[in-house]
Amino acid sequence: MEDRIAMMHDDPAVDLTVDGSAVGGMLAAAFGVEMTAAPGQCAHCHTVSVVGAMRVYMRGPGVVLRCPACAEVVLRIVQTPRGTMIDARGAAYLVIERG
Amino acid sequence: MSIDWQLAMVTAVRDETPTVRSFTLGLPGWAGHRPGQHIDLRLTAADGYSVERSYSIASEPERAGEVDITVERIPGGEVSPFLHEVVVPGDRLEVRGPIGGYFVWEAGLGGPLLLIAGGSGVVPLMAMARHRARAGSRIPARLLFSSRGPDEIIYRDELDRLAAAGDGFAVAHTLTRQQPPGWTGYARRVDEQMLAEVIEPLGAGVRAYACGPTALVETVANALVRLGLPPDRIRTERFGPTGT
Amino acid sequence: MGERFVTRGFVGRREDATSGPMGGDERRRRTPPGQYLTTDFPVLSAGPTPRTPLDRWSLSIEGLVSKPVSWSWAEFLALPARDWVVDISCVTKWTHLDMRWRGVSVDTLLEGLDLDPKAAFAIAWSDGGYTTNLPLADILNSQAFVAYEYDGKPLAPEHGGPARLVVPARYFWKSAKWVRGLRIQATDEPGFWESLGYNNRGDQWREERYTDD
Repeated sequence: MEDRIAMMHDDPAVDLTVDGSAVGGMLAAAFGVEMTAAPGQCAHCHTVSVVGAMRVYMRGPGVVLRCPACAEVVLRIVQTPRGTMIDARGAAYLVIERG
Repeated sequence: MSIDWQLAMVTAVRDETPTVRSFTLGLPGWAGHRPGQHIDLRLTAADGYSVERSYSIASEPERAGEVDITVERIPGGEVSPFLHEVVVPGDRLEVRGPIGGYFVWEAGLGGPLLLIAGGSGVVPLMAMARHRARAGSRIPARLLFSSRGPDEIIYRDELDRLAAAGDGFAVAHTLTRQQPPGWTGYARRVDEQMLAEVIEPLGAGVRAYACGPTALVETVANALVRLGLPPDRIRTERFGPTGT
Repeated sequence: MGERFVTRGFVGRREDATSGPMGGDERRRRTPPGQYLTTDFPVLSAGPTPRTPLDRWSLSIEGLVSKPVSWSWAEFLALPARDWVVDISCVTKWTHLDMRWRGVSVDTLLEGLDLDPKAAFAIAWSDGGYTTNLPLADILNSQAFVAYEYDGKPLAPEHGGPARLVVPARYFWKSAKWVRGLRIQATDEPGFWESLGYNNRGDQWREERYTDD
């Protein structure tokens, strides 16, 4: 795990990552409320962080949000013709705040 | 909040530096925003091909019915060259927002306030500085602003004016590639020692906001933690590659 | 917004399929539906770039084989390799013609391994936890290789180096970056993107982007 954090924080391709704010529009459209200030708990290391502080990899088929503390996957989001698919198994919980 | 796409009218365009341009977007139904928030912009070609980008709002919320975005022209980019070369006042652009609730500062949140910007990362921080001035706040605030050269300092004159207002706002520049004769500011990439010097006059309880290329923000966030700031007082917005 | 809004003057940075060094007809013929041509090599990534040192790197074939096999980096480089010039299509809609790689055919990797008669699928797994699934029928007979050079140079980490799987006849997410092994199975097992909305097969000529395509 230490390895992976070091990889995330000192990645030669570090430019590929952004912060959770970057997917704020997509998440707001999916959840109907602003999400970047919403707290979620990493199911892997149990760290609670707001979505805006998660690390986002968005240059791929879908979007991957990783825990800023352990770099494990917290959320995966794919936009398909059917709608927005969200895999939240990496989140112990996610707070959808009242709009 | 309204997160639907809406049409904005470009009402003004102005150059900030040779490679950075600001656009004023008229939004009649705009619900207002908070300093630090962004909009998503969507461009659609006649055949349906479309791309989206996020742009931080540069203007303060006290200005009603319109927002400014400030866009650096990325050579070889798909959206910023279009905005620079094609878009003129009178054009309409599809936007949605405001977006974000994490990378936000309002005078009511208090301070002292430390802003750290790399290149066009200054844009959301400028919304905070403009809001602070317009709201009449005297919360101590300092901006550490890294640019490549003297001609590339975005909002330079306005920052000078804000710093001269005597209301507790100060700016420290660092120029990483090229310094004019007689330059008295910093002349290197942002590092821990520089941050220590800039943060020192602010005292305890600082709230820090860092925005810029991912590599710079990474450096700043790590250094601020080493300088003793609690991680939950450090808010970051990495915008990926480019620049400095 | 009902009617689709069109942004005045916007066409995008897509290349004109009708211009360029080869004839427009050939470029069009080689561009799968819904794709646009590029000469860039965009970096796609779902996580941090792994940095396994080469002396700890290995490539293994496991699962329904008589005896699992694992090559060190030196052993892998000693396997028979060849140059491959292939067209690559990414589900994010770019197609890059004539990408030049050097690597080892999956046929070579599986040679003499004695596959169990029930073997039908390969699950490629990578450093960092990425997986993607492929029917064996899609990667045998010179349809897939493990590349360690691109354009005459060692494969860069951001592009999947030291070695990545390349399956040109499928969308590029099937070409697992940082590949470390193939697990041979009797049953299919959707991978990282296949389990969340992306098509299980991913044939770009049938435009199999999403699950129901």
